[in-house]
Amino acid sequence: MVAQNVFFYLLAGIILFSAFRVVTSNNVVHAALYLVAVLAAVAAEYVLLAAEFVAATQVLVYIGAIIVLFLFGIMLTRAKLGSDQDLTHPHWALSAATAVVMFGVMGYALVDQFHWTATPLPADTRLVSVDGSNSATVSDSVFTAYLVPFEVVSVLLLAALVGAIVLARKD
Amino acid sequence: MISLSVLGVELAYWQVTSLRVLGVLLAVVLPAGAFVYLFLFKMMSFMQSRLGPMEAGPFGSMQLLAEVGKFLQKEDIVPERADRRLFFIAPYIVLASTFLLFSVMPFGPDVYFTNLDTGIFLALGLSSVSVIGILIAGWASANKYSLIGGIRAAGQLIAYELPMVLAVVGVVIQAGTLNLQGIVAAQHQGEIFGFSGIGNPFLLTQFVAFGVFLVATQAELTQTPFDMPVAESEIVTGYMTEYSGLRFLLFFIGEFATAGAFAALAATLFLGGWALPFVSLDDNAMNFIGPLVLFAKILMVGFLIFWARFTFPRFREDQLQAFAWKYLIPIALINILVTMILKVAF
Repeated sequence: MVAQNVFFYLLAGIILFSAFRVVTSNNVVHAALYLVAVLAAVAAEYVLLAAEFVAATQVLVYIGAIIVLFLFGIMLTRAKLGSDQDLTHPHWALSAATAVVMFGVMGYALVDQFHWTATPLPADTRLVSVDGSNSATVSDSVFTAYLVPFEVVSVLLLAALVGAIVLARKD
Repeated sequence: MISLSVLGVELAYWQVTSLRVLGVLLAVVLPAGAFVYLFLFKMMSFMQSRLGPMEAGPFGSMQLLAEVGKFLQKEDIVPERADRRLFFIAPYIVLASTFLLFSVMPFGPDVYFTNLDTGIFLALGLSSVSVIGILIAGWASANKYSLIGGIRAAGQLIAYELPMVLAVVGVVIQAGTLNLQGIVAAQHQGEIFGFSGIGNPFLLTQFVAFGVFLVATQAELTQTPFDMPVAESEIVTGYMTEYSGLRFLLFFIGEFATAGAFAALAATLFLGGWALPFVSLDDNAMNFIGPLVLFAKILMVGFLIFWARFTFPRFREDQLQAFAWKYLIPIALINILVTMILKVAF
């Protein structure tokens, strides 16, 4: 699986560089576009993991909807051309320290769980599961084993939607 | 892995892949060129009682090459205060979204770029990537008309993506799969009240979804009657105002290639795709006939799209949004509900 490893590190490099530029870029539109690169590379990592349904969802929801809404909102409010010096938050050092602590905790949890051992790859690494369809497996488990969490999340999103309308409409 | 035994040669994996890449390039360029010449140049002219281009080649058929040559020679102007890098990238993002759309399209039993299990889902996701390119183009031009055009385009594409996805859900429920090959097979193997001669093109059962899909396509392509983003009487040409030469050509190709891609999606989802009645889906000859069948269906759907484009006047911005949210989305939701009930009942 040499090719998969090569592409994993290539994509990981893209993710790290773009994520770094999201927080250091001094133009808000550029930052949003670096975020597109991060999300697209994450979608590609999902494809490498043979999770094509999650990858497609990533493209449809994050790149196609959320980032577009981001850009839409930025351009309706403040979208200066050229560099914008107010973008760096005065407490950036504190945020960086928090991020390092988060990284340490999550990294420790992962190492503690898996002990640097490589999980054996399945014999068939193509984008098809044993019974022929990944998305069928996903939907089966969503609507049987995880039905209650799925419905709870749906109701939560609906509540958020109604709440947003209530906050936005004063009349 | 895959053999094209009609030609009597076994192809290696990389050879098949190269052929597929070439095929996708052809699949983008051919419908786009056919749309521009047949519909934009000729059909529009005849509808308006004129001849259209007649000088270059027989019946003006070389006009397309002349136009491309003209755009390539034009000076490539970048506004002084524009964000140069993003200004350059934007048309390529729009074009990339179109090319990626064709990467999940099946043209025959073995003629496809990828045969993904979530084909139609990914296609709908990829079609929305072009919005990012349009928004960037509007912003990076450093022109208020461009920015207004970009924002109008984004609002419109967000609004009309929902009815499009919801219209497709009806087809997916009936076919029972997200795989585009599976949807083609489901239509080929279906039967109409026990008569299995011509299969069951989902146009017959999902005609509501077909209508919603076509209207949403028209809006996604920002064509008349939904062309507020490029409304020339109000905001010059919207996000394309500052573009000239090659980059304008890229937007132009992107627009018509996307029309081809959506027509191909509609043909696959509702008209049976590349399959022919009475011919087995595994027949090797379909690798050669299939693309032609699909191309004919693309032209049929394209005719409908451009017929509407040349016939209707432009909507107002608020009418456009109201039309999507108050009519198309409820209609698509009711269609899903009825499809679900009928699917469970039968």
